[in-house]
Amino acid sequence: MTEALAVRRSDIDRAAVSRWTRDKGVYVALLLLLVYNAFFTPRFVNLHNLNVQLILDTRIIVVALGMALVIGTEGIDLSVGAVMALAGGLLVQFSGLPAIVAIVLVLVVGALVGLLNGTLVAIVGVQPIVATLAFLFAGRSLAQLLLQGRNPSIHNSAILAVSSGSFLGVNGLILAALVPILLVAFTIRRTNFGHRLLAVGDNARASFLSGVPVKGTLILVYVISGALAAWAGVMDTASITSANALSSGLNYELFAITAVVVGGTPLTGGRVRIVGTVAAAVLMQLLRSTLIFHSATDAESQMVTAAVIVGAVYVQRVRAKS
Amino acid sequence: MTFSTDPGSPPVLEARGVNKEFPGVKALDDVSLSLHKGEVHALVGENGAGKSTLIKVLTGVYPQDAGQLFHHQVPVTFRSPGAAQAAGISTIYQEVNLVPTQSAARNLYLGREPRTRLGLIDFTAMHRAARELLDEYSIRADVEAPLASLGLGTQQMIAVARAVAIDANVVIMDEPTSSLEAREVETLFGVIDRLRARGVAIIYVSHRLDELYRICDTVTVLRDGKLVHTGPLAGLPRLQLVATMLGRELLAQTKRHSESDEQSEGPYAEPVLEVRNITRRGVLDNISFAVRPGEIVGLGGLLGAGRTETGMAVLGAQDLDAGTVAVDGRVVRAGSPSASIAAGVALLPEDRKLEGILPSLSIRDNIVLAALPRLSRAGLVSDRKVDEVVATFMKQLHIRATGPDQKVGTLSGGNQQKVMLARLLCLNPKVLILDEPTRGIDVGAKTEVRVTIDELAAAGLAVLLISSETEELVDGSDRIIVLREGQVTDVLTGDRLSEDELVRAIASVEPDTSEEPTDD
Amino acid sequence: MMPGGDGSVVTQEPGSPGAHAVRPSGRLPSTFTRLMQRDGVAALTALVLLLVVGSLLWPSFHSLDNARNTLLGNSYIGIVAIGMTLVIVSGGIDLSVGSVFALGGVIGVYGNNHGGVLLAVAMTVVACGAVGLLNGVLVGYFGLAPFIVTLATLFGVRGLVYQLTNAGATTASVPSDSTFAYLGTGTWFTFGVPVFLAIGLYAAFHLTLGRTPFGLAVQSIGGSESAATLMGLAVRRVKVSTYVICGALAGVAGMLQAAQLVSASPIIATGYELQAIAAVVIGGTLLTGGSGSLLGTAAGVVLLGVINSFIVELQLDSTWNNVVSGGFLIVVVVMQRLLNYRRST
Repeated sequence: MTEALAVRRSDIDRAAVSRWTRDKGVYVALLLLLVYNAFFTPRFVNLHNLNVQLILDTRIIVVALGMALVIGTEGIDLSVGAVMALAGGLLVQFSGLPAIVAIVLVLVVGALVGLLNGTLVAIVGVQPIVATLAFLFAGRSLAQLLLQGRNPSIHNSAILAVSSGSFLGVNGLILAALVPILLVAFTIRRTNFGHRLLAVGDNARASFLSGVPVKGTLILVYVISGALAAWAGVMDTASITSANALSSGLNYELFAITAVVVGGTPLTGGRVRIVGTVAAAVLMQLLRSTLIFHSATDAESQMVTAAVIVGAVYVQRVRAKS
Repeated sequence: MTFSTDPGSPPVLEARGVNKEFPGVKALDDVSLSLHKGEVHALVGENGAGKSTLIKVLTGVYPQDAGQLFHHQVPVTFRSPGAAQAAGISTIYQEVNLVPTQSAARNLYLGREPRTRLGLIDFTAMHRAARELLDEYSIRADVEAPLASLGLGTQQMIAVARAVAIDANVVIMDEPTSSLEAREVETLFGVIDRLRARGVAIIYVSHRLDELYRICDTVTVLRDGKLVHTGPLAGLPRLQLVATMLGRELLAQTKRHSESDEQSEGPYAEPVLEVRNITRRGVLDNISFAVRPGEIVGLGGLLGAGRTETGMAVLGAQDLDAGTVAVDGRVVRAGSPSASIAAGVALLPEDRKLEGILPSLSIRDNIVLAALPRLSRAGLVSDRKVDEVVATFMKQLHIRATGPDQKVGTLSGGNQQKVMLARLLCLNPKVLILDEPTRGIDVGAKTEVRVTIDELAAAGLAVLLISSETEELVDGSDRIIVLREGQVTDVLTGDRLSEDELVRAIASVEPDTSEEPTDD
Repeated sequence: MMPGGDGSVVTQEPGSPGAHAVRPSGRLPSTFTRLMQRDGVAALTALVLLLVVGSLLWPSFHSLDNARNTLLGNSYIGIVAIGMTLVIVSGGIDLSVGSVFALGGVIGVYGNNHGGVLLAVAMTVVACGAVGLLNGVLVGYFGLAPFIVTLATLFGVRGLVYQLTNAGATTASVPSDSTFAYLGTGTWFTFGVPVFLAIGLYAAFHLTLGRTPFGLAVQSIGGSESAATLMGLAVRRVKVSTYVICGALAGVAGMLQAAQLVSASPIIATGYELQAIAAVVIGGTLLTGGSGSLLGTAAGVVLLGVINSFIVELQLDSTWNNVVSGGFLIVVVVMQRLLNYRRST
């Protein structure tokens, strides 16, 4: 039997091009957008504005990190936006406590939501979409009930420091996103769990036969996604200095999925691109701002977003086939 | 056996010089087949011989790369399974290919539902017709219940009924009896006889020799994508047929494993693996054996005999109704590969693509997957240890790649298999189960893998070798356990460790009642 | 469904997908399990129980007013859920329905003001059907994941709606005495016209899904796409059709609500996709596709509506609604899984 891959040359070329587009496309697009703005958008490329743009983006980045891990296992987590809202509501309840205790409690609740999602997916065998859809409904309403229709302000300065503080001149929210980025990247590259997560996403049966605890790995992934969403909720609440059950994290599940997909993480699992996800989140935010700078409507920017998503999955599909 | 076939008549369906290539594999190489009215034509061959591909080409699932199909002597190209069906070519697949959530009646009439005057489906008529149809084939089933609630055998019979009800002139049956009970098999044979009498041509794929000899008129044997024999079945000795399928010349005497004698003479070693009475209804029937350190035990038998399931049972990945597996005298918890792996068992799965490799991950990640707990401390993977292990095994097993970061999906089959072996070996196992270790890899890699297996046994591992290749089993094993329909039917040792004996054992021919092997 | 309301939702017709295997065969664990496995039976049972309990507890619950409001208020999402049922039964999903709903309202109002009610209906069906066509072609012919394709159109179509309305700055309204407005505000036998339209659509698609070759093809493709292909069904075309129908129905629902409100709002119906999916799943349709019934979906829609009434009667904050619906969704899917385990063993 012949071992040579009988692939025609044109196929190889096309596969190479599409692989390159998938792997590097998001960075190239980001670079092009910056260059474009440098020339054609007055006062766009300066430190202050870029800083503002990044700060706007930090919460989406944090949520998207968890989403990237979940998608790496061929799953999806629709509950993240609701968890953000719930986290805000809880943070207000706990704000009398020392900041660190309050924040840890909120993260624990986020993790518990993830535990519920993960158990439904891994043990009961419910599809990720439905399992996490339930909390998307319930979570935001629970937050509303907690807040009883009010938008209470937070006065605990230590909590507010998450947003208002800075370290070495770097904004607190940027640091608040940077830490999870590094932690998640470290988890994926260096931990036992990170390796197993990718293995389960790539071939669950093979992983099972190699002794990987498939169910435990899946549950932990959702737990992490829940905790990260809760952290994003803390960041959001700290930055607007009050909890808002209606608007906090609204549609973030969709923004996060967009960032993950555009960042080149395949929906078929087995691969998680952290830097790509972060770059894609920044790209989408810059794209929106650029369009608005050039007096495009929010409407047009949404349509562009749609086109970018379809383009991104199309590029992935070509690769899946080859 | 009735012979209403008329070889003189023009063929109903004919394939001439069909070629079909997939990336890396030549699945069909210049294969021809002709099928006549009222003929039951056996299509046989081991795994990977090209039977399924040929069937898919005949039924419009795949287009062929070269060659031509003729239907009633007219050149045809079927662009879809629907087109082949419209032409009267009907297929029954090995796994029931019906819609499990729909009722039996709907499955029978899907795509040609009876309608009322309003254009709506007439369920009353459909159910009545379905009941009549099933009665005709003596199938007892609730035609309105979802298919998934019926037994597998019943489902298969419904698939047969559907295939036949579509005014077919050719019916292709791909292992139709693999899920049937004896009584149902008889019913199916009755149906086949009736079809034959009606002049329908049938292609019948099966590994059960008794069945072939009972109902087939002619036989075509494929091996490695090539046509190796075609002709009448009556008069072809069973032994000869098996030998042709397995690709063994009967007179070719191969020396048995030279070191094996010394190894198996070491009677003092306690068995490291003990399998006691493992049973799974319809799959495994009371199988027991033991393997000592340094011993290579072969598991032989045709496809579906229970070889793979036995291997999976030892790994704890096959549900058992009864029986135990013990390593070093301790019974291993069933149903958990991780417990078995911790006890020292490692398995190389038969289907590398579905059950083995992680295609989008690197060689490094693939190799250390099972050994991660040993290569990490407090959940953190030690890159140094990983690099060490990966470098060692890439060198030891001669894995050819651009480097440890190359994705396994882009490697050749042989190198993928070596990566799989490396995954097992870095566990430092006591028991190694190898299911078709050399399937789908080139000759050079085959030799390398075989040498590696010998070295491992010499180093004291207990090896369970599963293979369809008689040569591999005979050359590589100290002892061969022959399985048939989930039971141990023979154990070959000492002088009987030869390909002749193995082929006889697999074909279930007693040596003393042997037909003359050199006759045909 | 209120007592005294139109009974068509709870009646099971013989030969419907909900009735084809009630005859016990003895192979399945128990008649109860088996009955509960029938599509929609569990939702219907829960619905009836809630109605009985509600009627016993509160006289006002029993009232015709309550029935009228619940039915009218849920008829729009009900129509959306019809298309969603078809798509889910075929093994797909459509997240774009909320945006398409808003598009339907805007286009409907535009059509009415530029040519009358017939143009309004025609334009809505064509425009929203076209969105469905786009979804369907990307899923069926390009093989992209339905979840992502329709997520993109969720964004894109909402953007289009904002564009058409200058981000909501121009609110188009219709004369409240027009025929178009009557579609939303009119009443027959004191019940709102949309209620009857929804019931009519349910009846029509119930027949389509259960009693036509197309419907059987939809169910079969969801049950096993490979088997359907091997049996010679036109898999791609059927898939595209389900998305077209889903888009058109979401648009019509949006148009009807615009008619009721006598104006089109670009921000309406966000989150409808999730409500519709919840109603479909609670109605007993498996998200994995392959079987499902519009009776079940109707029961699911009304059930979510009745839960709302309960929360009103209990004088709880209306936000409890989503909490209870979410909890109910989990209970339903877990039950489905457990029943399926039993079925397979």
